[in-house]
Amino acid sequence: MEGLISLAVKAVFVENLALSFFLGMCTFIAVSKKISTAIGLGVSVMVVQAITVPANNLILDYLLAPGALAWAGFPDIDLTFLGLISYIGVIAALVQILEMVLDKYFPPLYNALGVYLPLITVNCAILGGSLFMVERNYDFAESLTYGVSSGFGWALAITAMAGVREKLKYSDIPDGLQGLGITFITAGLMAMAFMSFSGVKL
Amino acid sequence: MAQTRKSQLVDPLIDNNPITLQVLGICSALAVTSSLKVALVMAIAVTLVTAFSSMFISMLRNQIPSSIRIIVQMVIIASLVILVDQVLKAYAYDISKTLSVFVGLIITNCIVMGRAEAFAMSNPPVASFVDGVGNGLGYGLILMVVGVIRELFGSGSLFGITILETVNNGGWYVPNGLLLLPPSAFFVIGLLIWAIRAWKPGQVEEREYKIQSVEAH
Repeated sequence: MEGLISLAVKAVFVENLALSFFLGMCTFIAVSKKISTAIGLGVSVMVVQAITVPANNLILDYLLAPGALAWAGFPDIDLTFLGLISYIGVIAALVQILEMVLDKYFPPLYNALGVYLPLITVNCAILGGSLFMVERNYDFAESLTYGVSSGFGWALAITAMAGVREKLKYSDIPDGLQGLGITFITAGLMAMAFMSFSGVKL
Repeated sequence: MAQTRKSQLVDPLIDNNPITLQVLGICSALAVTSSLKVALVMAIAVTLVTAFSSMFISMLRNQIPSSIRIIVQMVIIASLVILVDQVLKAYAYDISKTLSVFVGLIITNCIVMGRAEAFAMSNPPVASFVDGVGNGLGYGLILMVVGVIRELFGSGSLFGITILETVNNGGWYVPNGLLLLPPSAFFVIGLLIWAIRAWKPGQVEEREYKIQSVEAH
């Protein structure tokens, strides 16, 4: 349990997907102009991340890893090279299913998040989360924790960024830095602030 | 026609650069640039994947039903990335370890998807191939520039060869450690955008709010 809490804290602050691994930057820069949209996207990323990371963990353990197909009578098969294509397939399919389920059973939520869901398939943060799960050999409980907390970290970062940008648009910025340039520098300053969390251990 | 081919190849370098103007593919641009060698490998990999995925998608563009095109594009891109990943693991294992997840992340690199969606779906294969190469090179160019700045001033070397003798090895240069850390990538790209826009004022974005000048009153 302690291990899981420390993993969660690490994933939210120290190894923040957006600010220390630069994942999901395209959407991070493009959709952080207003706080409300940023929160919507952040929540969707968190939900999708919390589902896809554990799902991909199951796929890896029971279908792809060396010897994983032993239950089906193929103990010698190693399918890890199919990893990338399976993860992205799972992500695309899950996002689609999530969209349909939300549309059918939770219309208000669908109306709030609907527009962001297709964007999420191509968000590197989601695939990145799954790939980190593979690289660091997380087990199921750890992947669940990692999925939720890394998604939360991303949501936190984009909301904070949107907050800064809403104020920033009233300031007098040199012409060349207008828009994209100043956004990058702001993100850099935020990344620096998040770096001060490194060394925090629970 | 030859002229358009050339402009297709050259335009994305500065005039319509995928990173500084189209805001595509920033994730990996920031993450892999702390050493030049890794940045170079990443740039080559992305150029290859973009060029070939654009070409294949363009070949299939009349067969792909538009409702499932994203999935089809994903599958094509993912297969190409798997090829790149396997080749890297076989011939450049160290670099593939340093790149870690970022090879896989070429799949979701917005440049690849962006060009497939914006160009390859409506243009013939050869043109799409050239467009893919051009955008890959534009991406590579920024990657290399950022890589040079970060490696030269962060650890005093280029491609692992010492250029500025660091103090630790008895030289004179005190390396700027910040440049090897994540935040510096944001600063370097931000400043690079500033430099490009100072040179090409046409790329400057409109202000959302104009600040009233005092003289107007």
